[in-house]
Amino acid sequence: MLLIHCPYCDETLPELEFTYAGEAHIDRPENPSEQSDAEWESFLFLRENVKGPHFERWRHFHGCGRYFNAVRNTITDKFYITYKAGEARPDLSALLEDEK
Amino acid sequence: MSKFRLRGKGRVDASQPVVFTFDGKPYTGVKGDTVASALLSHGVHLMGRSFKYHRPRGAIAAGSEEPNALIGTRRGPGRFEPNTRATVQEIWNGLDASSQNKFPSLKFDVGAVNDAAYMLFSAGFYYKTFMWPRSFWDKVYEPFIRAAAGLGVSPTEEDPDTYASRNLHCDLLIVGAGPTGIAAAREAAGKGLSVVLVDENPEMGGTLLSEPQAHINGKAAWDWLADELAALKEAGVKLMTRTTAIGYYHQNLIGMVEKLTDHLAELPADTPRERMWRVRAKQVLLAQGALEKPLVFHGNDRPGVMLAGSAQTYLNRYGVKVGDSPMVITSHDSAWYAAFDLHDAGARVQAIVDTRASVRENLQAEARNRGIPVKLNHTVTATGGRLRVNNVRINPMDGSRVGHGQWIKCDCLLMSGGWTPSLHLFSHTKGKLTWDDDMTTFLPDQTPEDCVIAGASRGLWGLEAALEDGSAKAREVLAALGTEAEISEYTVANDRPGTGVTMRELPTDRSAGKAKAFVDYQNDVTAKDLRLAVREGMRSIEHVKRYTTNGMATDQGKMSNINGLNIAADALGKRQPEVGLTTFRPPYTPTTFGAFAGYHRGDHFEVTRKTQIDSWAEARGAVFEPVGQWRRARYFPQAGEDMDAAVTRECAATRKSVGIFDASTLGKIEVVGPDAAEFVNRMYTNPFLKLAPGKCRYGLLLGDDGFIRDDGVIARVGEDRFHVTTTTGGAARVLTMMEDYLQTEWPDLNVWLTSTTEQYSTIALNGPNAAKLLQPFVKDFALTEENFPHMSCVDVEVAGYPARLWRVSFTGEIGFEINVAAPHGRDLWEKLWEAGQPYDITPYGTETMHVLRAEKGYIIVGQDTDGTVTPHDAGMSWAVGKKKADFVGMRGLARPDLTDPNRKQLVGLISEDKSKLEEGAQIVFDPKQPIPMTMRGHVTSSYDQGTTGQPIALALVEGGHAKMGETVYIPMEDRTIAAKITGTVFLDPENTRLKI
Repeated sequence: MLLIHCPYCDETLPELEFTYAGEAHIDRPENPSEQSDAEWESFLFLRENVKGPHFERWRHFHGCGRYFNAVRNTITDKFYITYKAGEARPDLSALLEDEK
Repeated sequence: MSKFRLRGKGRVDASQPVVFTFDGKPYTGVKGDTVASALLSHGVHLMGRSFKYHRPRGAIAAGSEEPNALIGTRRGPGRFEPNTRATVQEIWNGLDASSQNKFPSLKFDVGAVNDAAYMLFSAGFYYKTFMWPRSFWDKVYEPFIRAAAGLGVSPTEEDPDTYASRNLHCDLLIVGAGPTGIAAAREAAGKGLSVVLVDENPEMGGTLLSEPQAHINGKAAWDWLADELAALKEAGVKLMTRTTAIGYYHQNLIGMVEKLTDHLAELPADTPRERMWRVRAKQVLLAQGALEKPLVFHGNDRPGVMLAGSAQTYLNRYGVKVGDSPMVITSHDSAWYAAFDLHDAGARVQAIVDTRASVRENLQAEARNRGIPVKLNHTVTATGGRLRVNNVRINPMDGSRVGHGQWIKCDCLLMSGGWTPSLHLFSHTKGKLTWDDDMTTFLPDQTPEDCVIAGASRGLWGLEAALEDGSAKAREVLAALGTEAEISEYTVANDRPGTGVTMRELPTDRSAGKAKAFVDYQNDVTAKDLRLAVREGMRSIEHVKRYTTNGMATDQGKMSNINGLNIAADALGKRQPEVGLTTFRPPYTPTTFGAFAGYHRGDHFEVTRKTQIDSWAEARGAVFEPVGQWRRARYFPQAGEDMDAAVTRECAATRKSVGIFDASTLGKIEVVGPDAAEFVNRMYTNPFLKLAPGKCRYGLLLGDDGFIRDDGVIARVGEDRFHVTTTTGGAARVLTMMEDYLQTEWPDLNVWLTSTTEQYSTIALNGPNAAKLLQPFVKDFALTEENFPHMSCVDVEVAGYPARLWRVSFTGEIGFEINVAAPHGRDLWEKLWEAGQPYDITPYGTETMHVLRAEKGYIIVGQDTDGTVTPHDAGMSWAVGKKKADFVGMRGLARPDLTDPNRKQLVGLISEDKSKLEEGAQIVFDPKQPIPMTMRGHVTSSYDQGTTGQPIALALVEGGHAKMGETVYIPMEDRTIAAKITGTVFLDPENTRLKI
């Protein structure tokens, strides 16, 4: 079972308290009606499905209830970082550098 | 004293006899025995039959890696366990043990005919044999396979035992309490760290228990062991025995199963049978040791053939001589010591046969001194004996040539093919392995976890090497924990370091194709099967494994993996790492379902949510059904009524006078804040900005893909406050979805969401007399059409309780929903019940609710919709705001596929023969078309207990909205039913019944 750091509670807690919520940094367009069919399809369905470091959303469901973002390696399940919703996408190469 | 028990030897207590039965026959062992050691003390080697060929088998090992000696154990009703290893099951007075895979008896088994027909059962025989003819499948092949499948017999009764689970946090967990683990614990002890030392055996010591001859730092091994364990305990190290580390999970979480009662004659009160420990350790030191490999030769499975190291364990730890005239076949030094120990205990060792041409001189000298014949550069080509080995055929080797065989009599054959480091838990960490050509084995390399591995499990051999490595690796771990330790020195006298070579199948002068040389004992996989698999095209060890089932038995290849790999690699002409090693997966040893389930069984398996009114329904004899986690009253049968009769009565009574219904399980979400109206307006399809306080509106919730997710009535109870209801099963999902949009898409909206499902009891009154019944309870508020029209809400006092009173209807009748603080629900219900008697008030359940709403064409999300239905498909375009700038799902509804007029659309169906259609039945347009027919839709709801005088149904049909009045067909097993497409409203289309 993973241990996950909630950036709002600032505590590292068991995976059981959290739920997964899909890929991160996919913004719902401001004016959906102006989206072309292809753009809307991309928003609804197209995801990166990466092997390796993945930007994704989690929710501290049985805790503060907040959604936050994380970078997790989909092979090793290691979390490189978690950060609050709305914060900028962290620099991946810097994170991987820290790893070394 | 039993015949093969040696007085004064071993760690068992000979003064405490223990009587148990095996296949109904009583045997006497002593305290400290396992079933296997006790049977061996009586000279009983035959303990079971193999799975496929039903060949007679005995214990080959002395520990948890045993593949052969599987037994069933029984302790009264419900307490039966199959496939227990006789080598780890401790005996107690009254234990009832039985052998497996035998009929009618262990000594005479008719299934052994499989053995004679073994050519039929070669690798992949399932795939080859059961191919054709197709007509044989149902009647011949499947019954045969089902009868032959399954190891042991499943228990048939409910398990009366309890199982516990606990969490444990520590600085250092050491797995394996042999010399390595103990030396490591010694370094870490007394430094203010929490240290846990765990071992699967009833007592700690590992190899030391089988090597009493050694002296460590001047002390006899067993004295040293006792002193060390006492010192560890004194220093606060948590020592756990009978506890198996079964799996290594992410971030140093180790699952451990502690067995608490399986060794006891009397079950203590309030003690669980097993306890699952979830250990989160800062550092883990693995010291699981090594497992001895069998040698692969014809007849290597005959009872009496066993691992040399295990024979040494039976002798030194249990005081049991496994035979009077043993013979040894080995490719490793360690088996020589087993021969010496048995000789010194009075056995007449017939010969030490070694496949190697040269062996350390001091070993040969020790053999000479004891007068044991030594045969170097020899192979074993056969064994003889029916239920027990009684002679062995050995042949000299000269390069690749095998000379003439010679039979030597013996009563047991001890073998050693060397030792395999135990890398199971290390592999669970996704640790990398490297192949060592010299040792012909895999060794541990890097692991992503905070974990080190020490001793024999990383290929070291001998007590001194193990002790020193345990100490050295512990210092590495302590450094990581920020602690230093002195270097401990170990000097071991009478140590038994050794080396060996790894063999594939032993060379033979006979036809290799006819050899029954077993690699995986439990699954009856021979060397020939492995080579056949390669000939038939298997290239990876993963394929070879699945084709032959090598390593797939309950011992998970602890003995067979490396032998299998060596043979497959040879057959492929590749190096072993190119062929690969199969992945080790948890659990390390077979684990009971009880240990995994823990407390989560029976009523505790899942939460059962009950309303405040549930107890009233139960007392009235309601029949319940689960809806999500809720238990809801389905119907209230009167004497002699079945469900149909009860529902028919409840429906009629509600339409005639008044029905009362517990709607408390409906999800409720309080949406509050200055932007509450804006938020609800964006989430739901319907317009909410202009909904006035005191009004209700039906709300339809879509996903952004345009499909219906949920629905419910939403009341605006104040300028900045909405009371949103959801389906019973959808409450948590809807709140999660709302939170997601609020937090991450529209964080600028000033809104708070609170689940209030359990804060209210909700009672629904429906029927022509509902207003008359309710009016006297409502304080200072007139329930008239003018004052309180349909879809209104008001805060009033009802029966003295503050209430949110709604005028809504899910039945098509005059309807009210009274929301009061949850604890008042039961009292209000009873007051309404009392006052309703003059109106023949009738309680109804979910089934009647379903019928009444279907007559009005009201959908149930999840029954009439399935996640691919749009509001337009459901005939609910009226619920979609036409002038809204945006709502969740609005853009989705404009997707080309969602505007296709030929989509499946919700319609009514009336069967022409007035029969009730089957829910889920498929619909076709042309019943005469050839099979397979083109399916055009399906029935979603169907009832014949209603009040319209005929069975009604709702269905999703392709282009259904444009097909009113047309006939479609529902092919059933026995006939085809014609049905006419109608609108979805079967009763009172003008809604006159809603008026007070």
